[in-house]
Amino acid sequence: MTSNRQWLGRYGEDRACDYLSKLGYQIVERNARSRDGELDIVATDGPTLVFVEVKTRSSRHSGHPFQAITPLKIARIRRLAAGWCASRQLPNSQVRFDAISVLVQGGQVAIEHLRQVA
Amino acid sequence: MPLAISNSISLQGLEGRVVCVEVDISAQLPAFVLVGLPDASLSESTARVRAACSNSGFQFPSQKILVNLSPASVPKSGSGFDLAIAIGVLAAMGVVPIQKLGGMCFIGELALDGKVQPILGVLPMLLAARRSGLNVVVVPEANLAEAMLVEGIEVMGCRSLLQLVRYLKGEGGLCLEIPQANAESTPSATPQLLDLNQVVGQDEAVAGLLVAAAGGHHISMIGAPGSGKTMLAERLPTILPRLSVEESLEVAAIESIVGVAKLTEGLSLQPRFQAPHHSASVAAIIGGGNSLPKPGAVSRAHHGVLFLDEAPEFQVNVLEALRESLESGRVQVNRSAGSAVFPAEFQLVLAANPCPCGNFGVLGKDCKCGVLRRRRYGARLSGPLRDRIDIRLEIQPISVAAAAGLPSGSLTSQQAMEKVSNARAAAAVRLKPLGYSRNAQMPGPILKAHFNPGRKAIAQLDRNLAAGRTSMRGYDRCLRVAWTIADLEGAGSPTAEHVFQAVTLRGPDQLMGEE
Repeated sequence: MTSNRQWLGRYGEDRACDYLSKLGYQIVERNARSRDGELDIVATDGPTLVFVEVKTRSSRHSGHPFQAITPLKIARIRRLAAGWCASRQLPNSQVRFDAISVLVQGGQVAIEHLRQVA
Repeated sequence: MPLAISNSISLQGLEGRVVCVEVDISAQLPAFVLVGLPDASLSESTARVRAACSNSGFQFPSQKILVNLSPASVPKSGSGFDLAIAIGVLAAMGVVPIQKLGGMCFIGELALDGKVQPILGVLPMLLAARRSGLNVVVVPEANLAEAMLVEGIEVMGCRSLLQLVRYLKGEGGLCLEIPQANAESTPSATPQLLDLNQVVGQDEAVAGLLVAAAGGHHISMIGAPGSGKTMLAERLPTILPRLSVEESLEVAAIESIVGVAKLTEGLSLQPRFQAPHHSASVAAIIGGGNSLPKPGAVSRAHHGVLFLDEAPEFQVNVLEALRESLESGRVQVNRSAGSAVFPAEFQLVLAANPCPCGNFGVLGKDCKCGVLRRRRYGARLSGPLRDRIDIRLEIQPISVAAAAGLPSGSLTSQQAMEKVSNARAAAAVRLKPLGYSRNAQMPGPILKAHFNPGRKAIAQLDRNLAAGRTSMRGYDRCLRVAWTIADLEGAGSPTAEHVFQAVTLRGPDQLMGEE
């Protein structure tokens, strides 16, 4: 079960990366792990550095994937992003936080993208 | 369409104002945010609205729903905004057509299953809606009878959120008539239980009550326990003239926000009777509320009778607080979340025992109170309060044996009310040029300047004044009461006989024997 869920999460993040690449984003890093947690995707959209949280679900039984991105989780991502920026030289002047929901249902993949969620 | 506006009404005291419920749905992480100074019960509205919508079959979008109650700087309270918020959200979602909402106003609380629950204060809300030029107001079906009392505005009742959505989509109707179960009982069907002719052997007191009713005079009754003070006071409303529709609307509006209104039976024209217990606090009498102002007993007695039994037992600050409303006919209530002015034009009836033990001056009984104790008891009613009381009755107890032999009172409440109405009509005609309607409202100087009954009639009064038996204030009071007695008897002006009766009714300057 756990491995199944890990696989689903991994699969969703792959789909999200494909989607972002198609939009012209450059993927900088995936699963940027630190002591406090993990940033799913770090990418650049032109001059803007984008931190993307990806939520993947295989059904809507427990609500929309976006509903799982709580204010608490966003606060954590902000903290992680600050740490990520602090640990490297940054040419980018702007930072943005996005959320992507991947709904995998009956062989169909639906992707929704929210810009600037925090 | 991501933006929609619906209307509701917010109440502060009796003052209603239209509140625009603005709903914006934006591509953000899912959230349901309510801004615009909601209080605790209103903040919880988001939870009710979400459940009511989803249980009515409307799933909220996974987006951010922002609801603003405009004007955003006015504190708002209560659950009556639920319906307007739900309709606003559904309009922003595209479920109901936005253009239908213009000129409409929605009032009601939602249950989690989508039922629309009744709320308090519908009547004053409707008055505000009419003033603001809204065309249609949708209220909970249970409040429909109350809402329909306000004329000149279209009112519809709704039972559930789904029913309202269907109506707005043009697929169904709302309730336009009061449900049958309520419409059956008419106000005339309720029998009058209290009647003046039930009072036995207190002819003088009944006569005094009649004068008090006719002139709108405040009255005090001093008498031993069991002498019938409460019985008399309770019958005062039965002989007062019925309220006009305008007056009864004012009264009903107060009862509506307190939640005691029984408006399913239509407007009650009966003057109200309020008898708060002597342990009542200032907030209970004058008005208070938990941060938002609510009316107290003085306002619930508006256009009616406020009866203070055991008056000297009331807290002194409560009695003092009565003075403002006695003076101005209204009362300002200030609480943390705002202040409100409530009308409080009532006829005051004070009752008291002659002394703490109740036996002072009663035939065949011994008073055990010391002089000092008796004096303190009487002094609890302060001078300014006593000044307002035109008629002082001393009620002697009637023994059971005596009562059994006496015929029941000859005057019924109905007959008394006719006399009172005629007297009031006569006074109203006379006082209208000066802007008053009842004798009790007349200030002393105006009374003496415009309504001097002539030297012969007031000779006795003048002699009393000269001899120091009456104060100037007492003189004015006698004159006022004399005019009322003349009105009751259909005389054009008080005669010496009327003045004499007035002197008797007014009693001594001090309220109680010793001071």
